[in-house]
Amino acid sequence: MLIPHPLLGLRDAQEFTYLGDASLMARPDPDQPDAEAAFADYVFLRDNPAGVHRELWFHEQGDRSWLVVTRNTVTHEILGAELATDVARRGA
Amino acid sequence: MGFSGFRVIKEALTGHRGWGELWRNLEPKPEYDIIIVGGGGHGLATAYYLASVFKTSRVAVLEKGWLGSGNIGRNTTIIRSNYLLPGNQPFYEFSMKLWENLEQELNFNAMVSQRTIINLFHSDGQRDAYRRRGNAMHLTGAGGRLLSQEELRGIAPFLNFDNARFPIKGGLIQERAGTARHDGVAWGYARGADRRGVDLIQNCEVTGFRIEAGKVLGVETTRGFIGAKKVGVAVAGSSSRVMAKAGMRLPIESHVLQAFVSEGLKPTIPGVITFGAGHFYVSQSDKGGLVFGGDIDGYNSYAQRGNLPVVEDVIEGGMALMPMLGRARLLRSWGGIMDMSMDGSPIIDRTHIDGLYFNGGWCYGGFKATPASGYAFAHLLATDTPHDTATAYRFDRFARGHVVDEKGVGAQPNLH
Amino acid sequence: MTRIQGGLIDRNRPLSFRFDGRSYSGFEGDTLASALLANGVRLVGRSFKYHRPRGIFSAGSEEPNALVELREGARREPNTRATVVELYDGLVADSQNRIGSLEHDLLSVNDLFAPFFAAGFYYKTFMWPRAFWEKLYEPAIRRAAGLGSLSMLADPDAYDRGFQHPDLLVIGGGAAGLMAALTTGRAGASVLLADEDCRLGGRLLAEGGVIDDTPAADWVAGVVAELENLPNVRILTRTTVFGAYDHGVYGAVERVSDHLPEPGRKVRQTLWRISARHAILATGATERHIPFGDNDRPGIMLAGAMRAYVNRWAVTPQARAEDPVAIFTNNDDGHRTALALAARGVPLAGVIDTRSGVSSLGEYRTFAGATVTGTKGRKGLSAIELRHGGTSEWLNCGALGVSGGWNPNVHLASHHRGRPLWSDEKLAFVPDDNGPQGLLVAGAARGEGSTAEALADGARVALTALEALGISGTAPAIPVASEEPSAIEAFWHVPAKGRAWVDFQNDVTVKDIKLAHQENMRPVEHLKRWTTLGMATDQGKTANVTALAVMAELTGKTIPETGTTIFRPPYTPVSMGVLGGGDTGQRFRPRRLTPTHPWAEAQGAVFVEVGPWMRAQYFPRAGETHWRQTVDREARAVRASVGVCDVTTLGKIDVQGPDAGEFLNRIYANLMGTLKPGKVRYGLMLREDGIAYDDGTCACLAEGHYVVTTTTANAGLVYQRMEFARQCLWPELDVTLISTTDAWAQIAVAGPKSRELLSRIVDGFDMSNDAFPFMGCAELTVCGGLRARLFRISFSGELAYEIAVPARYGNALMERLMDTGKDLDVTAYGTEALGVLRIEKGHATANEINGQTTATMLGMDRMVSRKKDSIGAIMSRREGLSGDARRLVGFVPVDAGEPVVAGSHLVAPGDPVDMAHDQGWITSACYSPHVGSSIGLGYLVNGDSRLGQEFIAANPLEGQSVRVKAVSAHFVDPEGERLRD
Repeated sequence: MLIPHPLLGLRDAQEFTYLGDASLMARPDPDQPDAEAAFADYVFLRDNPAGVHRELWFHEQGDRSWLVVTRNTVTHEILGAELATDVARRGA
Repeated sequence: MGFSGFRVIKEALTGHRGWGELWRNLEPKPEYDIIIVGGGGHGLATAYYLASVFKTSRVAVLEKGWLGSGNIGRNTTIIRSNYLLPGNQPFYEFSMKLWENLEQELNFNAMVSQRTIINLFHSDGQRDAYRRRGNAMHLTGAGGRLLSQEELRGIAPFLNFDNARFPIKGGLIQERAGTARHDGVAWGYARGADRRGVDLIQNCEVTGFRIEAGKVLGVETTRGFIGAKKVGVAVAGSSSRVMAKAGMRLPIESHVLQAFVSEGLKPTIPGVITFGAGHFYVSQSDKGGLVFGGDIDGYNSYAQRGNLPVVEDVIEGGMALMPMLGRARLLRSWGGIMDMSMDGSPIIDRTHIDGLYFNGGWCYGGFKATPASGYAFAHLLATDTPHDTATAYRFDRFARGHVVDEKGVGAQPNLH
Repeated sequence: MTRIQGGLIDRNRPLSFRFDGRSYSGFEGDTLASALLANGVRLVGRSFKYHRPRGIFSAGSEEPNALVELREGARREPNTRATVVELYDGLVADSQNRIGSLEHDLLSVNDLFAPFFAAGFYYKTFMWPRAFWEKLYEPAIRRAAGLGSLSMLADPDAYDRGFQHPDLLVIGGGAAGLMAALTTGRAGASVLLADEDCRLGGRLLAEGGVIDDTPAADWVAGVVAELENLPNVRILTRTTVFGAYDHGVYGAVERVSDHLPEPGRKVRQTLWRISARHAILATGATERHIPFGDNDRPGIMLAGAMRAYVNRWAVTPQARAEDPVAIFTNNDDGHRTALALAARGVPLAGVIDTRSGVSSLGEYRTFAGATVTGTKGRKGLSAIELRHGGTSEWLNCGALGVSGGWNPNVHLASHHRGRPLWSDEKLAFVPDDNGPQGLLVAGAARGEGSTAEALADGARVALTALEALGISGTAPAIPVASEEPSAIEAFWHVPAKGRAWVDFQNDVTVKDIKLAHQENMRPVEHLKRWTTLGMATDQGKTANVTALAVMAELTGKTIPETGTTIFRPPYTPVSMGVLGGGDTGQRFRPRRLTPTHPWAEAQGAVFVEVGPWMRAQYFPRAGETHWRQTVDREARAVRASVGVCDVTTLGKIDVQGPDAGEFLNRIYANLMGTLKPGKVRYGLMLREDGIAYDDGTCACLAEGHYVVTTTTANAGLVYQRMEFARQCLWPELDVTLISTTDAWAQIAVAGPKSRELLSRIVDGFDMSNDAFPFMGCAELTVCGGLRARLFRISFSGELAYEIAVPARYGNALMERLMDTGKDLDVTAYGTEALGVLRIEKGHATANEINGQTTATMLGMDRMVSRKKDSIGAIMSRREGLSGDARRLVGFVPVDAGEPVVAGSHLVAPGDPVDMAHDQGWITSACYSPHVGSSIGLGYLVNGDSRLGQEFIAANPLEGQSVRVKAVSAHFVDPEGERLRD
């Protein structure tokens, strides 16, 4: 697979380490009363879609940036990639 | 009429005219007591034990493709009960005991071959971890021995003992482990279930669940609605997709695992061997192909195919461990979709929907579990209580903090 | 000998070779198969199940029968297709899968018992008695099964891997591929043209026709010359593109030296990973046969293969030149073979054509509306029975060419699990549009099979590819090729009383397919798995479509309704050696060396693999005969005077920025933001699921500047997680991270005399306990100006420090410390003594913090701060974690002479040794010179309240059982006075 790094262009996926669903960026508020339940969902449950999936890749053998890659899990087609910091700052 | 050597001879002499269908082709009935969704190994085994042990009648298995087209149709055929944790080891040992009598019980030769498994270790720390595991095996009567390097040289002289980046220091062997003919297991259970009155329905995909007031009433399928008092889902690989139709999110990601077979070779290696310093394990089929595999590709996928880096990684490990493999050839590689769960262990449990039961999350270890999984799921469906060896496989273990994490890598499925 | 004139062989270069011990000769340009045929050798192998005598069936990589063991000794390659082996001088090959000689294979007895070995028979028997499967049945089956055998010797050859990034990959260099490469190459695209053959041309080399009024081979030579002159075109011959992967990545293997007696200084093969923006699949087609009774005899081959042998290799297919040859066909292409044979003076017995009303295309007899119904000749065809007009007759013939039509080689187009489409017009599966993105199909691979069609289609598809690449190109003049008749009728098999083979290698017959149907194994995957159809080394290239047609006939369905099997990589089998890429033996993984490695090596240290690192395990001295002597000495020296140990491998992460303290508060379970400059604190990290992840120290060097240390194993992972937290969770925090593990050499200096030793090298730094107390840190200079960092931390429980200097000075610092401390009896110690010291002190490492450990088990649950949020804090409070009753405690043997063994499980004395009575396990153990016995650490249920109790450390795995006593995990200085001294 090739990942379109927003700064570095197409890079072999072998340079990256995969984490999982980009929902892992949405860490629950620890101060909410139901925090333990919210964290259990956050840590353990996944949509795991057959289709478009926003997911986290770490450019470990590269510039060490985390990317949010949008990829189809059925065809492996990649629809886009963004720096995770940009996504996180946007709050999306 | 059953299968036997005598019958094979008789049929051979009479032009094989007497062999009947292994199972019937049936139209689905409007309603069943229990519907099993998924005609893979676990679903078929569940149906078989429901009919044979729990004497449940009016059972159907609905399969979207052909019987045995689940991961039982594309795995690397290893059976073993060499687990570490108390939540796992008794279950897999129960499975091993079922394997040991399976063929006689099913009257079907699934080529269960207790050819041994050897897990190699390459450091003192690994040895200590394997000793703890081996002793856990003994605590359930599963047996096992720690092999010295010298003993290993006797068993597998072709391993790279003398020029290895990570020298082989020894191994943990389970003599009762081995392999089975994966398709044969599916067919044996299917035939056994069919002969006990279970309706096996092929080309019948479940497209939804009919749920009213928190209770399941049946399933919508490509062949219409089929009513049921209880529905058991055993569709590992597609679990999230199917359970989403009941509105559930699971502690599961789908990942692709590649597997490989070489061209046929005369007897080359004994039993199953796993590399402790790379991603490679191998056995040899009765037909002569070296069947091997390694790590999952590592990204969510439903594509049933993987990519080249993992092919190279696996075979690099194979070459490091067995340098004589260089002159063998890879014949075929394929990919299967794994239910990678958040702790690497399966789920066999009721859901919050009355009458809906779930069996999945087998990661890439479901084949060896087939008999026990079927038995335990049948037990749960028939009695509404978990089987003694499967009490740890509950949904709520994640929220409550009772995960069964053999590898100790936490809620990151691609590391299990 | 059946060699004729012409062909593309070099008669000036005769080559000698041996097959099954007999010497033969051939020419440069021959394959092993063509050379064997030229020498009249027809029997070359035995089939898989029935051990039937088999001959050469094809002229290419689809060969099911002619498999040999090529070469000798460690280079022996089993299952090698003689049809693709280039002949070289001195080649040695042997037939395989036989007991005794090929002529008199003892296992051919299987053929007599063939009725018992019908499809699926083994699922129905061999079940009683149970124990006989492993002991008797299975070993016998295994010995008979398999094909060739490995030498079991290490592969002596080298392999390599490489990468290519062309605009366009053209797969196959036949008529379509050559035109595609030419069109795109002329337009300036970077083109990689790969072909599995040793020379380009594909079927053009086998057909011997005329293109643009020149012989096809000459036309090919002209095109190749032009391509070779284009700097933007690279040609890889002997290269099989074996798989289509994601995003335009293709795997290919180049057989660099397989045509040579030995690779010499070259690699044997190269694995290419090709990232192409677009690709053109021009892989041609494979001929299929028509099953009929006894259709597997040596001498029966594909009709198109006969044409290839005659035209390219100048050899005719029969054993003796005077033996007539017959053709069995359902299409015009079979007649082309008859014409080619006739043109070379080969006697023809006639063409048996299933179609009524067809007539000869030349000077030979045609039996229209006829079929072949039987054959004679056990080890070589001698006669065929043909049936026409309601009568049967026998024709003597020495070879029979069979043509059932051509199957496009769609494999790579289907590697992404797209299914090919059935064309009723072409009677073949052709590629659908749902193939890999960027892959176009041209020529015979999509059913455009005549030379003229393929030439035109290659150019046409090339223009499409250029457009997609955004490169302008011009349509080339399409070379003129002669018209080739291609009419075909559907005819799939001749009903036979006896066996009619569909899959030759795996011995699957029409009867087996019928039996599968009878037993309801009708879905194509059931058919395949029940009968083993298409599962041989040729993956059913000549069998699968025919089998589908037979099953379709039985079920009354159409062929596409019956299905296709899934195409999977590799296209043809690929050596494991090249897929491993050549990184074997010591080169399997890179080796990381610590900065003091040269010094340790000079001391004669014994090294041990620690992940990627090589670390000094211990430093034996003269007279020490056992590692324990050395390790005991090293450990004692630390407790008595001073020891030094390279601890560079511990991860070091530099954290800087105004928000660094807040960031670390969220990373560590305990409070870290309150750490003052010049201070070090122990820190525990949790995973978000609340389980203990890693531990180490955090040093505050200055306001907003911290150094985090991690365990060796987790160095990379902790850094990754911290970057995740920084970039994905809290991007608002102003903090930067960098791993400095490799930048700083770090040496532990431990023992009561460590202060004295270090004070000799620091540049005026006040080492007194008051000025630099326990858990202090400082930036300073040593040895007269060398930048250094000093941490007063202790892993051993003794007064101890860790000193870091830029990595390139690590070796010199070690030498200086050893030199300066001679009078203090400074002693180098390795990882083994390090382990002893930390077990004595009760420090947890990877054996204790193994990813399954709760803070509670470590007795650190109160460290998880409730004053702030941190990763894992919330989840660590779940009942399953906070209620964990297991505690880390120490163990000593009741009888001091007995060992404590890591991995033993703990049970109460008198209890049965089973899961229900399991009380915990020993995590780490060693001999403690300080205690004077073996000691261990371990987790014990309610361990903190059971100190002093005795347990059985059960190790049934090794037949061992030791009575142990639970004690405090701190065997040394439990009050911690020494390290604060």
